[in-house]
Amino acid sequence: MNKLDKVKKVIIKKTLKLDCGKSISNFPIAYETYGKLNEKKDNAILVFHALTGDQFAADINPVTKKEGWWNYALGAGKAIDTNKYFVICANVLGGCMGSYGPSNINPKNQKIFGTDFPIITINDMVNAQYELLDYLKIKKLFSVIGGSMGGMQVLQFISNYPDKSHTAIPIACTASHSAQNIALNELGRQSIMADNNWQNGFYEEKNISPAKGLSVARMAAHITYLSKKGLQEKFGRKLQERDDLKFSFDADFQIESYLRYQGSVFVDRFDANSYLYITRAMDYFDLTKQFNGNLSKAFEKSNTKFFIISFTSDWLYPTAENREIVIALNSIGKNVGFVEIKSDKGHDSFLLDVPDFLSSVRNFLNTSYKKLYEKRI
Amino acid sequence: MKKEFNIIAKLIGSESKVLDVGCGDGELMEYIYKNITKDIRGIEISKKNVQKCIEKGLTVIEGDAEKDLKQFPDRSFDYVILSQTLQAFLDPENVINELLRVGKKAIVTIPNFGFWKVRLHLLFKGTMPITKNLPNEWYNTPNLHMCSIKDFENYCNKRDIKINSSNLGYKNLFSELGIFTIEK
Repeated sequence: MNKLDKVKKVIIKKTLKLDCGKSISNFPIAYETYGKLNEKKDNAILVFHALTGDQFAADINPVTKKEGWWNYALGAGKAIDTNKYFVICANVLGGCMGSYGPSNINPKNQKIFGTDFPIITINDMVNAQYELLDYLKIKKLFSVIGGSMGGMQVLQFISNYPDKSHTAIPIACTASHSAQNIALNELGRQSIMADNNWQNGFYEEKNISPAKGLSVARMAAHITYLSKKGLQEKFGRKLQERDDLKFSFDADFQIESYLRYQGSVFVDRFDANSYLYITRAMDYFDLTKQFNGNLSKAFEKSNTKFFIISFTSDWLYPTAENREIVIALNSIGKNVGFVEIKSDKGHDSFLLDVPDFLSSVRNFLNTSYKKLYEKRI
Repeated sequence: MKKEFNIIAKLIGSESKVLDVGCGDGELMEYIYKNITKDIRGIEISKKNVQKCIEKGLTVIEGDAEKDLKQFPDRSFDYVILSQTLQAFLDPENVINELLRVGKKAIVTIPNFGFWKVRLHLLFKGTMPITKNLPNEWYNTPNLHMCSIKDFENYCNKRDIKINSSNLGYKNLFSELGIFTIEK
């Protein structure tokens, strides 16, 4: 298990009962931290990553050698300023960057889990990361932040641990995964499963991988992270290093070439089974149902100050779905701010250089932190 | 700071829970936050203004007062403020009803169409009045439902809405602005 041996990990000894009914214990959670925990231990922020993210949110990812996935937002002097805050980010349960997932060894038979790994949920992910906070001895976080699936984890976290964070920033997410999003995830899963190399999930022991299926899944998903306008402006009908159509199935158009590239680099860093498990967790996410159809009840016990952010061109987790969360909080008189950021960059806006978004996060965090401090003295 | 801020702030009890509907760039909210109560938030429709509120560290919800007040439960705020935007709504009566449902009390300010300068403008010039508080031409004004202090008072009486503190007795003629506290 080579390159992942060196990533920072904690072994959670406690038994965690999963939503599927199975239990796990003595399992690794890989994590990374940025900045310093201050003496009062009141400047800690837990960042949750999205579907294909990992714990390396900032700086250079030591495994892929690429920039961290949230480099625009997170780092010294950035919106989530690591000169000021202590940021923790963990690889989710089911992931493939060192946390317990389908490419780990099954203690029962000493073989790689594959699809014998238990089905996990957003709730399970959040509960596992709670144990990490325990290990790091952080009693109360200053904030929990995440976009997309990270936002779902924010909502679940506050619901499970109402007193654990002063503030919360769910970004471009939903309280209940929509039919459209389940459909799109299923498309990705079927693409992986249709690859002969998938072998019902037991490909690693045979030293093969369903790279083609995973890459098509990534290509399809990537389209959903952008917007029609963004695609049109960036690519239009531009041709890829040629003057005219070639009357073939080559990547004539730039957009084709771009997607093929996105698919091909993805398979180098991501495990196909993890993709199945994590998309399944997203599909199963329905916080409203967890509270018998009343989302407000999820937040009833919490005094966390929420700041919810959506993007105009995000059709995957549209403003209306983010607004549902705002409404649920307002209807029980909780403290919630909400902003819809204008951007043509689609769902991916939260990962990109969108100045109004970044300044909103920065201002919310800094003024909230200041107010917290003022309250104490 | 606009001079009416001081008057509005004085109408609000300290430590009370306040919602500023159409809070603009958050200037009034900030004044109230610093001087009266920390428990204040706003609704604002303009993205630019929402950003300005966030810069000030204020809690703001981007939204449309005509649609988004319904998410708040009955009497969930001690005071709901509507500062100089009533006349710009498509359905001001609905907005007033919502203010009175969501707030135990509502503070409403209106540009007074009965102000003497406004009257004289129409009388002598024969064109739609343009003043400091009504700076736009008829074809580009956001104001759809102008009224005078007297109109507003008459309306409240007709609908059994209590107008308990304000500058009512004075001066439909001499006030540029009407500032009212109303409750059901």
